[in-house]
Amino acid sequence: MTNIKLLKLLSKNARYTVSELAVMAGMTETEVENDIKELENSGLIRGYKAVIDWESLDNAYVSALIELKVIPQDKYGFEKVAETIMKYSEVESVYLMSGAYDLCVIVKGKTFQEVAMFVAKELATIHEVTSTATHFVLRRYKELDVELVNSENDDRGTYSLC
Amino acid sequence: MLNYSKLMNSTVTEKIKPSGIRKFFDIASNMDGVISLGVGEPDFPTPMHIRRAGIKSLEESRTRYTSNAGLIELRKEICAFLKRKYNLDYSGERETLVTVGGSEGIDCAIRTIVAPGDEVIIPQPSFVCYEPIVRLCGGVPVILDLKAEDEFRLTPKALMSKLTPKTKMIVFPFPCNPTGAVMEKEDLESIASVLRETDVFVLSDEIYSELTYGKKHVSIASIDGMRERTVVINGFSKTYSMTGWRLGYACAPEPVISQMTKIHQFAIMSAPTTSQYAATEALRTGDRDIEQMAEEYDVRRRIMVDGFRKLGMDCFEPKGAFYAFPSIKISGLGSEEFCERLLYSQKVALVPGNAFGESGEGFIRASYCYSSEHIKEALERVGKFLKELKDGM
Repeated sequence: MTNIKLLKLLSKNARYTVSELAVMAGMTETEVENDIKELENSGLIRGYKAVIDWESLDNAYVSALIELKVIPQDKYGFEKVAETIMKYSEVESVYLMSGAYDLCVIVKGKTFQEVAMFVAKELATIHEVTSTATHFVLRRYKELDVELVNSENDDRGTYSLC
Repeated sequence: MLNYSKLMNSTVTEKIKPSGIRKFFDIASNMDGVISLGVGEPDFPTPMHIRRAGIKSLEESRTRYTSNAGLIELRKEICAFLKRKYNLDYSGERETLVTVGGSEGIDCAIRTIVAPGDEVIIPQPSFVCYEPIVRLCGGVPVILDLKAEDEFRLTPKALMSKLTPKTKMIVFPFPCNPTGAVMEKEDLESIASVLRETDVFVLSDEIYSELTYGKKHVSIASIDGMRERTVVINGFSKTYSMTGWRLGYACAPEPVISQMTKIHQFAIMSAPTTSQYAATEALRTGDRDIEQMAEEYDVRRRIMVDGFRKLGMDCFEPKGAFYAFPSIKISGLGSEEFCERLLYSQKVALVPGNAFGESGEGFIRASYCYSSEHIKEALERVGKFLKELKDGM
């Protein structure tokens, strides 16, 4: 059975050690190690990354959300186009959407210019792509469950002691 | 100048003692670099959709008194909640009173039921408010010591040893602050078999009912023959992280609730209106919030219990609330001395167990309403303190 408990803990903090995870999930360390291996091998866990507040650095990168309208292909629908787009290293995420457009692509680059050029040269020129709309991210407030602005202080008083 | 202490009610001026711990923690909060495991309120903010419901009610000018017993839609949601969670059947119209926190419900219930000379059995260690309120009513608190070897549960034997013809009420503080003890269905059945033969009321303080780990909470009012004699107290503070909203409720048979409502009406009028709107939203759509918070507490609970045990301290596994209650026997110190020396040496603030009754001596209360990192840091410092003691510093 898939160990949802471990997945939840790791999705909160991928750097918990095996012994910490064992305590938190009420398992032995060997069980934790085996389950993680299994989750990785089966492809349920695809990677581990830090959540970084890049904007606090001078050489912050910029990113944009690109709406793409796409003509679905016979047999493949949107799959082939999506798979082509996701191969670019500039592309962070690709989603198939319901609603007014088809593919949502998150693109990152060093400058606005660089991202705009990537959209114009690479995405807009794909044969099945009929239109693009580029929305630049101006500020990040929260990413992957982590708040990036003004963290809350513990302002609890001593009233609840007893 | 008036001789105030002579002029005022001596039950208040003499028989009700101020909390000594509060002073200790005021010292702690003025020290630099103190890390606390002291507070007994959730660290999570109230879930955003519940806050929004309060804000919306203000924008819509819902700023008047509500009916004395509380908004009827809220009372109905309370009953639906108690039904789906604990299989309790109460009428929103006749058997439910919305109060200013669980605390006011406790106050109203004791004042409604206890007359001068009546005995009230209070199991300890437990929350500190029962005894003073019983005294205010002229009642006689009869303290029942809960024992670590019973996992701090109430046993029929201990109960029978305290029952007298004068016993009017027993306080039922489970899941328990500070021990984390719970009463399972079988435990409740055996207590019920004692109480069914009597006219004793049960004041069941179930404020931590949604914070149990492993088994779901069982209310004593759901046991055969107990509903008719039980006042169930619950509230929003712990369940939904809504301490500052000051909102709770009491459910009991109509003859009891109608009398409690009289006291509430004259003392309070009605519970805060904004909070009642927020609470209605909480009950309607907040089950997931509870689940998420309880899951997080459970993780912290494991870290804390494991941490204390690794330090060589005996720590009973808490099954409810958000406290661990480890023994400090290994230190050779009394509860207060342990906490005071720990504060000055390692700047960790914990609550001495005897703050919750004499039977809490030899224990400390550690709250896990803190992040895992915070808990680990505090435990590390407790470890250093124990080592100092061992090295005879």
